[in-house]
Amino acid sequence: MIEILSTGALNSVQDLGRKGYLNIGVGQSGAMDRLALSTANIMVGNPADYAGLEIVLFPMRLRFVTDCRFAMTGADAPALLDDLELPPNWACNGKAGQILIIHAPRRGARVYLAFAGGIDVPVLMGSRATDLKSGFGGFQGRGLIRGDQLTMNPPRAKSPGSYGLAGVREMPSLTTETVIRVLPAAQYEDFKGEARERFFSELWQVTQETNRMGMRLSGAELKLRSPRELLSHGILPGTIQVPPSGQPIIQMAEANTCGGYPKIANVIDADLSLLAQAPVGSKLRFLEIDLAEAIEAQKQLDHELNTLERALGLTL
Amino acid sequence: MSSLDPMPKICIAGSQGLFLDAASAGFSEPVQQRVLATANLMTQLPGVREVVPGMNNLLVVYSPSDTSVGALMEQLFHAWSHATVNEQVGREIDVPVIYGGHQGEDLAVIAELAKMDVQTFIRLHSEALYQVACVGAMPGFPYLSGLNPKLATPRRSVPRMRLEEGAIIIGGTQAGIMPCSAPSGWHVIGRTELKLFDQQRESPSFLQPGDRIRFSIAGIES
Repeated sequence: MIEILSTGALNSVQDLGRKGYLNIGVGQSGAMDRLALSTANIMVGNPADYAGLEIVLFPMRLRFVTDCRFAMTGADAPALLDDLELPPNWACNGKAGQILIIHAPRRGARVYLAFAGGIDVPVLMGSRATDLKSGFGGFQGRGLIRGDQLTMNPPRAKSPGSYGLAGVREMPSLTTETVIRVLPAAQYEDFKGEARERFFSELWQVTQETNRMGMRLSGAELKLRSPRELLSHGILPGTIQVPPSGQPIIQMAEANTCGGYPKIANVIDADLSLLAQAPVGSKLRFLEIDLAEAIEAQKQLDHELNTLERALGLTL
Repeated sequence: MSSLDPMPKICIAGSQGLFLDAASAGFSEPVQQRVLATANLMTQLPGVREVVPGMNNLLVVYSPSDTSVGALMEQLFHAWSHATVNEQVGREIDVPVIYGGHQGEDLAVIAELAKMDVQTFIRLHSEALYQVACVGAMPGFPYLSGLNPKLATPRRSVPRMRLEEGAIIIGGTQAGIMPCSAPSGWHVIGRTELKLFDQQRESPSFLQPGDRIRFSIAGIES
């Protein structure tokens, strides 16, 4: 069991989200950086889809009420277990009474914590993910507050010592430019030639108006050749919509299931985890690829997770 | 398939989605029936994860490791051309409404905009048979077609920060019912006690695409 000592209300219990309810308006939700949560789970011997914590507001402090093995992945954030400094992508044992503090990241935006056995919250519509927008799932349908106590399911694997992963993907920062791969979307051709060109040639800044629902960008004004009235249609995380302001919005984990704005492109699924780590104020550049490359990129990620699972399976 | 139906466009919607767009000028009820019938066929195919009907369009979410986009695109065209349109697939549901009052505060104003008295407005709203074209935007929210065109009212220029759960609403040419309390730019003309969404129910959304709705007058408040 852990107890939350200090937190922001946007820190939440997440797994890999809901499937099969888009047609009744229930979105996927789940971890914004699915790769980081999956990795953390695998590091403590859990299946990749167990529930952990998504931390986006810092500092976050928690106390181990009972002994519990945990892993920390995602953003590169200074973290202390009592007075021991923990590197990123690190797994170790939290002993009863120890306090874990995670400070604002140096690179990246979201830290993930997985606990051996996974967080024990009720499964709702096939998932333990918190849907903050709709107010259900996760821990009491809300973000975490001070005093919350979270219990874990019994772990599957024995606890080995402390270890870390090296060579984990680079995290975006304010001084780097993050390249995000996209596929053109249904209304791509309806944008002016200049808009299509600038979409790819210019840098896009991640604005303050970024949350689990969407990421608003600022940059060149993207204009349609002529105004378009679209009927409501299904959309997915990764959809890049352009409202009349001409400033794009990327739908994220808690995307609405239906929208009406023209769509210029879709971020490929394999790059959504990277995108989720782009901090407010950082710069993005979009790169057009084709569907075969997009599918290959996803296969590559799946392969890396499988390899990690097998490699750790040998030692755990 | 009748010759009046437009041939849909199908395009890629990201690395796991296909989007079928059958919309021409304005919403068409017969096209929507075909969208729903196509959705039913597509849900049964291997590799298809989710099928999301929109207004005269359809999003198919698939798993690229279980099917190929080329095969799925062909299956989607085939399903569209061969779908058996059955207008009676859904249920017919009565939704009791208390019109007007505090929770229907726009009724008098939009009746005046429609150049009719409140009684006539309520009669036209409750006489029509509505179709649940699709469910989305928020959990359990039905997009209803079938609103009498005389009652159509452009959305508010400034959305309200909060409409209550159960609000009976009109936005443009569409009718709706709020499944939860949320911001909205639609006009509110009454309320219902019917619970549209309950995450604890086995089938959380009370209404499904294809259902037909009638609003009955449970009361009128001034």
